[in-house]
Amino acid sequence: MNIMIVGCDRVGQALAEQLGGEGNNVTVIDIDAEKVRGLTARLDVKGVIGNGATHAVQGEAGIGDADLLIAVTGSDELNLLCCLIAKKAGNDCKTIARIQNPDYSAEAPYLKDELGLAMVINPEYTAAAEIARVLRFPSAIKIDTFARGRVELMKFRMPEGSRLVGMTVRDVVAKLGCDVLVCTIERGDEAYIVNGNSVFAERDIISIIASPRNAADFFRKIDYKMRPVKRVIVAGGGEIAHYLCTILRPTGTKVKIIEKDHERAGELSVELDEVDVIEGDASDRELLLEEGIRGSEAFVALTNLDEENIFLSLFAKSVGCGKVITKVNRVDFDDVIKHLDLDSTLYPKNVTADMIVRYVRAMKNSRGSNMETLYNVIKGKVEAAEFKVREESAVTDTPLKELTFKDQVLIAAIIHDEQVIIPRGHDRIRVGDRVIVVSRPMGLDDISDILL
Amino acid sequence: MNYRMIKNVLGWILWFEAIFMLVPSVTAMVYGEWRELLFFFATMAICALLGLLCRLGKPRDTVLYAREGFVIVSLSWIVLSLFGALPLFLSGWIPNYIDALFETVSGFTTTGSSILASVEELPRSILMWRSFTHWVGGMGVLVFIMAFVPLSGGQNMHIMRAESPGPDVSKLVPRVRTTALILYAIYLGMTFIMFILLLLGDMTAFEALNTSFATAGTGGFGFCNDSMASFSPYVQIVVTVFMLLFSVNFTCYYMLFLGRVKEVLNTELRAFAIIVAGAVTVVTLNIVSMYQNVGDALRHAAFSVATVISTTGFATENFDLWPELSRTVLVLLMFVGACAGSTGGGIKISRIQILIRGAFNSIGDLIHPRRVKKVMLDKRPVDRTVVQATNVYMVWYLLIFVASVILISFDDHDLVTNFTAVAATLNNVGPGLGKVGPTGNFAFFSIPSKLVLIFDMLAGRLELFPMLVLFAPSTWKR
Repeated sequence: MNIMIVGCDRVGQALAEQLGGEGNNVTVIDIDAEKVRGLTARLDVKGVIGNGATHAVQGEAGIGDADLLIAVTGSDELNLLCCLIAKKAGNDCKTIARIQNPDYSAEAPYLKDELGLAMVINPEYTAAAEIARVLRFPSAIKIDTFARGRVELMKFRMPEGSRLVGMTVRDVVAKLGCDVLVCTIERGDEAYIVNGNSVFAERDIISIIASPRNAADFFRKIDYKMRPVKRVIVAGGGEIAHYLCTILRPTGTKVKIIEKDHERAGELSVELDEVDVIEGDASDRELLLEEGIRGSEAFVALTNLDEENIFLSLFAKSVGCGKVITKVNRVDFDDVIKHLDLDSTLYPKNVTADMIVRYVRAMKNSRGSNMETLYNVIKGKVEAAEFKVREESAVTDTPLKELTFKDQVLIAAIIHDEQVIIPRGHDRIRVGDRVIVVSRPMGLDDISDILL
Repeated sequence: MNYRMIKNVLGWILWFEAIFMLVPSVTAMVYGEWRELLFFFATMAICALLGLLCRLGKPRDTVLYAREGFVIVSLSWIVLSLFGALPLFLSGWIPNYIDALFETVSGFTTTGSSILASVEELPRSILMWRSFTHWVGGMGVLVFIMAFVPLSGGQNMHIMRAESPGPDVSKLVPRVRTTALILYAIYLGMTFIMFILLLLGDMTAFEALNTSFATAGTGGFGFCNDSMASFSPYVQIVVTVFMLLFSVNFTCYYMLFLGRVKEVLNTELRAFAIIVAGAVTVVTLNIVSMYQNVGDALRHAAFSVATVISTTGFATENFDLWPELSRTVLVLLMFVGACAGSTGGGIKISRIQILIRGAFNSIGDLIHPRRVKKVMLDKRPVDRTVVQATNVYMVWYLLIFVASVILISFDDHDLVTNFTAVAATLNNVGPGLGKVGPTGNFAFFSIPSKLVLIFDMLAGRLELFPMLVLFAPSTWKR
């Protein structure tokens, strides 16, 4: 597919890397020559320097042949203009715009319909939604949902002294009697998709797939904390904090926001009536202690500085805060950050890029059994994809044990008639089912791609 | 430095060299030159085996940075030439290996300077190999390999940039591989058209194929001792036109194909047309008295201007015997060279445009010290780094030029010969003036001088920097 990306900031870079790597023809546009040069030197993409919202520049980049334009510059207005022009200049070109401003974001459905956008993406809102999910189930590092919430993919760190330590994956079903599927184990720098004989060790990061009820059952059986967070301290009152409060409002969670800027603090207190807004510097140790970070249920670091977020989180952990979520903007050093003693790290850029990649994959294969959802379970190593089976193919109506799958492919769940089945060898996929596949990234487009 | 990856790419180079040698091998079979065939097969076997050794062991880390890109490009060309010279040397037609290397480097770099006094006695397979090296070298070996072999991801751009001529290389389409394929498709298509047109003249298939290869790569190896002089005016005109066509930026043809005519007629192409027209006019007026009619004078003038500015190096007339004005114009055109992104050599028109505009801007900056004015090309600002790189290029160009002239002066030949020998090799033209004129050759230089000229040819074809990076000590340090 021919894809144009306007804006070479981090989201644009992440998109170019992933989409280009999956065999799409990617052209990036940015007004900053330095950024374009940096990206084209590193990736196999074409770069065009100029204002992506002009007809001339889009023409030079080949809008006539483009299937998709993704506008992810820092400016909402520019993004919308890019999409409008692409719509007119292009030849049936789909458009995706990044919208950050809550004013526009509130009108996303209107914008989508009236301006003919394929997708409006709000990175801050998406990030906030992910934080809210983790707060609802604090033992997890990350929770992704499939099939409109019927299936959850959860990652958690194996606590020391857990009864799971030393068990094999097969024992989870046999001894505990839990209907969950263990997908991956991360141990240090290694990460792999499990088989029945894999053994759990202390401090492993484990991901499981299950329906929410079965997951709860599983965690109860291994004595894991289950209670949703009721009080949370948020450092930094940016857009993500704002969205987080609106998402948490119906759940009754009490939020305390610490914001340095006087004006912003005032704004937040007006917009978010039920939230305690504290005006002060979140990096002030005394202030944090005074506001009760010691032994608090949860702490979310959302300031604009990655370094500050990381050391605030480490501090929160050291004073015994229950659950700590850290926002990190730069994705380059994720391998180092992984080794720090942090609970959940959130990369808003990756969240956005994942959503768009998901859309592109689905768009590539608009017929047949196309992909509905895609998550990076372990970035660059393992991903989980949800397919809707629309027609008969080699994978349907055959018991799974009779199919030969590619290496490192795991059928994690089949949703048949609203019922979640954790598949065993005798189960089969039928037309109309949704199937969740865990695999190493191989650019799966269709469910039949999983066969050898 | 990622040695394993470099070794891996060099393995590919050797394999492709073996594949390239199929062309002369087939020629040898057609003309029953069994002795030569044996040596081509022997070289192919050596290349295939060594290539296999290089390709053993998958590199763990496939990341290439800029310096690996430069090193890969320069080493590839050196390796290609070292092994490409083997058939010439082993078969005994060029008894000295350095001479054989000179001839092969001259082939791959599309220079066309020869150490052979008489080419007519050579077997046809050897002649075909010489011409075919021009064709391979014209568009670039690594570009060729990239079109067919999936090298690692995006880092290919470092390689493509290091091999393609011009101050600023960009891709036609998002993928390096598709870009390489498009370039070769255009190249192959134009070569084929030329081949057909030559067949319609008085050339045999063998002659037409040789001439097409040598013209497409803007190389200039001939198969007659008098180059193109004995062929009909029709053939000479076809060759003239195609020499000029192959010195145009290939992006123009792609734009033409896409129907984006406005982008075809860019500043560089217009400047190229003006320079060619001007030079042809001056030379024609200058030599008209030497010929019976204006038509002949025009034909020879156009051929000579085209052969020099495209850096091909064919000849219809010994322009060394022309008046001083014509000789001067032709020598100066050697330096100008073709358009960026073509198969031709020289400094390149667009680089000269950037240099001149930058120079005029600097004078303006002296008068108005706070003025901000960018160098513009095609109504777009040329990036500061590109302007700077162009200036640096010019400095290195002059340094290499001067050093080479001094080094080969030890041989005690006249200044015109030394000066034009370096100009002809560094700009990949082929013949110079004096002893290295269209009727002369490079055999009389000493071995050290030949090595200097070999370096000049490689440096000229690879646009200096890859060769300089290869010899820079800091490249090889951690």
